[in-house]
Amino acid sequence: MNNFSINNLRELETEAIHIIREVAAEFENPVMLYSIGKDSSVMVRLAEKAFYPAKVPFPLMHIDSKWKFQEMTAFRDYYAKENGWNLIVESNMEAFHAGIGPFTHGSKVHTDLMKTQALLQALDKHRFDAAFGGARRDEEKSRAKERIYSFRDRFHQWDPKSQRPELWSIYNARVHKGESIRVFPLSNWTELDIWQYIRLENIPIVPLYFAKERPIVDIDGNLILVDDDRMPKELAEKAQMRKVRFRTLGCYPLTGAIDSEADTIEKIVEEMMTVTVSERTTRVIDFDQEGSMEQKKREGYF
Amino acid sequence: MNKNLDIKEFLDQDQQKDLLRLLTAGSVDDGKSTLIGRLLFDSKKIYEDQLSALERDSKRIGHAGDKIDYALLLDGLKAEREQGITIDVAYRYFSTAKRKFIIADTPGHEQYTRNMVTGASTANLAIILIDARKGVITQTKRHTFLVSLLGIKHIVLAVNKMDLMDYSEEVFNTIVADYKKFITPLSIPDIEFIPLSALNGDNVVELTPTMPWFKGKSLLQHLESVHAVSDRNFDDFRLPIQNVLRPGLDFRGFSGKIASGVVRKGDELMCLPSRKTATVTRIIGSEGDTDYAFPPQSVTITLSDEIDISRGEMLVHPDNLPRTERQFEAMLVWMDEEKMDPFGQFFLKHTTHTTRARFDQIKYRIDVNTLEQYTTDALELNEIGRVILTTNKPLFFDPYHQNRETGSFVLIDPLSNNTCAVGMIIDKLRPSDLHSRILDPETRRLVEGGKSLINKEELEGRYRQKGSTTWIMGLHGSGKNMLAYALERQLFDKGATVVLLDGSTMRSGLSRELDHSPTDRAEQMRRMAHVCRILNDQGYLVICSFISPDEAIRKQVADIIGHERFKLIYMDATLEYCQKNKPELYEKSKKAEIHNLPGMDERFDIPTDADLILNPENAANNVTQLMEFLDNEGIFPLKA
Repeated sequence: MNNFSINNLRELETEAIHIIREVAAEFENPVMLYSIGKDSSVMVRLAEKAFYPAKVPFPLMHIDSKWKFQEMTAFRDYYAKENGWNLIVESNMEAFHAGIGPFTHGSKVHTDLMKTQALLQALDKHRFDAAFGGARRDEEKSRAKERIYSFRDRFHQWDPKSQRPELWSIYNARVHKGESIRVFPLSNWTELDIWQYIRLENIPIVPLYFAKERPIVDIDGNLILVDDDRMPKELAEKAQMRKVRFRTLGCYPLTGAIDSEADTIEKIVEEMMTVTVSERTTRVIDFDQEGSMEQKKREGYF
Repeated sequence: MNKNLDIKEFLDQDQQKDLLRLLTAGSVDDGKSTLIGRLLFDSKKIYEDQLSALERDSKRIGHAGDKIDYALLLDGLKAEREQGITIDVAYRYFSTAKRKFIIADTPGHEQYTRNMVTGASTANLAIILIDARKGVITQTKRHTFLVSLLGIKHIVLAVNKMDLMDYSEEVFNTIVADYKKFITPLSIPDIEFIPLSALNGDNVVELTPTMPWFKGKSLLQHLESVHAVSDRNFDDFRLPIQNVLRPGLDFRGFSGKIASGVVRKGDELMCLPSRKTATVTRIIGSEGDTDYAFPPQSVTITLSDEIDISRGEMLVHPDNLPRTERQFEAMLVWMDEEKMDPFGQFFLKHTTHTTRARFDQIKYRIDVNTLEQYTTDALELNEIGRVILTTNKPLFFDPYHQNRETGSFVLIDPLSNNTCAVGMIIDKLRPSDLHSRILDPETRRLVEGGKSLINKEELEGRYRQKGSTTWIMGLHGSGKNMLAYALERQLFDKGATVVLLDGSTMRSGLSRELDHSPTDRAEQMRRMAHVCRILNDQGYLVICSFISPDEAIRKQVADIIGHERFKLIYMDATLEYCQKNKPELYEKSKKAEIHNLPGMDERFDIPTDADLILNPENAANNVTQLMEFLDNEGIFPLKA
């Protein structure tokens, strides 16, 4: 007697693989956006599986805000090389040369120029008509209604009122020239699913996710890592060694750590089940204004 | 106690849980958001900081006084939050010790039918919420109909606000009885009735002592125990091909998500539409090579023989084939703000295959509140109707009630690229009984737009005839071709300018890709009618010789050519006469070696409106009679 039941992780996995294959088949020039975070790591693994034993037929692209943790960049380059990915790295060089940064310009300006604008410039430059992102619906309220294929007009704008109906597992891939879609194959995954899958599949992730003694400054309640010498001296001087880990990864001055002893996936999950802070609160950008994530999405951020 | 081991155990167990997708139907007034909020809250999924954000929000725009407003947890988009209603499908996630759940939370009002249909399309189970004070109302019926339309096999009727009815058993029993009466004809296999109070948490997660008379499970206990695996179709193997993988010369794999059925190494598979077969040599699943695979797994299959397969085709077992048709009936839900253009062309996406499609007929619209049927020309937003569609390329499908994956499709507007409608295929009628539409008033208007510099009178003066079509119809072997050629000879000899069109000639060229199915026969008639129309416009006489078995199509042919110049001649031959004439053909039909032969396995409508009926036994006389007919009609020769 065979067993025809499928567990929740494998069901989420097959759904994601189906989506990734559909996009590869129906779009001319797709790209997978790679944030180097844990969700991206899962998405990348799913893409590798979707086309095994062939190579993944689209590139990875990382939007480098120039303020990422150094460990992230090192991990990115290592992983791409090790797994034979075609890796594209793009930045808003104009803004970078103008000296834009979170310490000097605040999170809002920095995020807009170095993340949102940088992404839009890169999408235009390469003429990608579909871009995979690792966003999940359970991350944040405004994402609960996000489609798996999220339609963007030629200015990359997202209009919550004109999203296409999405039924069964039939996805509408038709776009006019210049228009594009963002694709979220992990839409139905929760944070716990991501950790479970990383554990199950032994997926390498950036070590920042695991607790370790690190030089930390407390800035308005956010535990910020002193990652390089661009942190203003008066702040960096206050650094203390604390055993911390990161629940999400982004630009180091905008990503708060949490005090933690969790240095294995099991301990991370255990901590997650008992500690009661949801994931995005360690990202400074969400607190700018009410409904801020929705606002950023309309503007073209993921 | 070793804590580390505990979490490992927890994770190992958690990983093995299955996933249940459920839909909640009801309106804010029924306490739907409160119910969902409670399921999420009480299953400890809502993190503390979301709660503190909630308290802040509640003070400003809350609707629930001093209590926590669970609905605020759910409404994501800013504009909707201000309006106080949920207007899209929102997906929520929670998990218990036994199962993981995805909730599709959809609004309840009639103007949001499309949202509910969307949520229902992936759900295994639907919670239909009733306000105990109101009982079974129109909305309940609408929700139940939509749930059954989308093929959900498990329903929970959650009778909410029992606290406001003193937790009365009688109230509950009346509602259950009412609902059962209504639902019987909809044939939903599994229905559960649960009285509860979402606000107070009664019978939501745990059974509470407020309703000791209720002997069932709490809502959550029921959700945890529903057996949903068996809803999947493990019988009919269907693998719609997504991609062909060719990493090197020695590997060619066909990828896709198994829509239904089970495949094993060594199985013989057939590819549609080529019908070529080969044996499965490898099945690569997400965990590597495997001996068998089942839905909904994503796999890559390699085959023993080099057969040509591409995206949009389908692998099946040769002894269990889906239907292959270009024309079919479906229940359609119109999803677009823009009203349906019944004469429009659409893209139709079905499994991994996209083709063009158009409507043959809008049979009726169904009122979602009363289930009554109304005739209509076109569907509007949120309307549901039964339609007949014709596609450019054949689909490989199963009826929706047997197979959700291969029985569903979406229509895409080719101009806006919007998903304008979604459909579920039904197979109650034989293809030959479906209505075909070859007449397209829009196109006709465009044709009339072009005007020749030569007028009708000039043409008639030159050719000394009235451009018109003599359409000779009759069964195979009725002698209509012989008559047509004899007529052509006579007309030519008398100085007429005449063109003859017959089935075999047309099929060897202009219509060579068409077969004898009713759909293609209709297309053949459409082409012939337009050729006749053009030739008649230029003053030529046209003689046509076609079986023309379908009365509705003949009427449309006359519409295209113009009734005043379309003359229908019927060769009234008995089937016996025809069989004597073409014994081999009819013999093959009897042995089912050929199909779609009118008068045998396909319908032949004897005309009631023929302009002239001829008896094939009088072959010698028939041409004379026809010539007299054309003379009397003033077609040829032209009367001064």
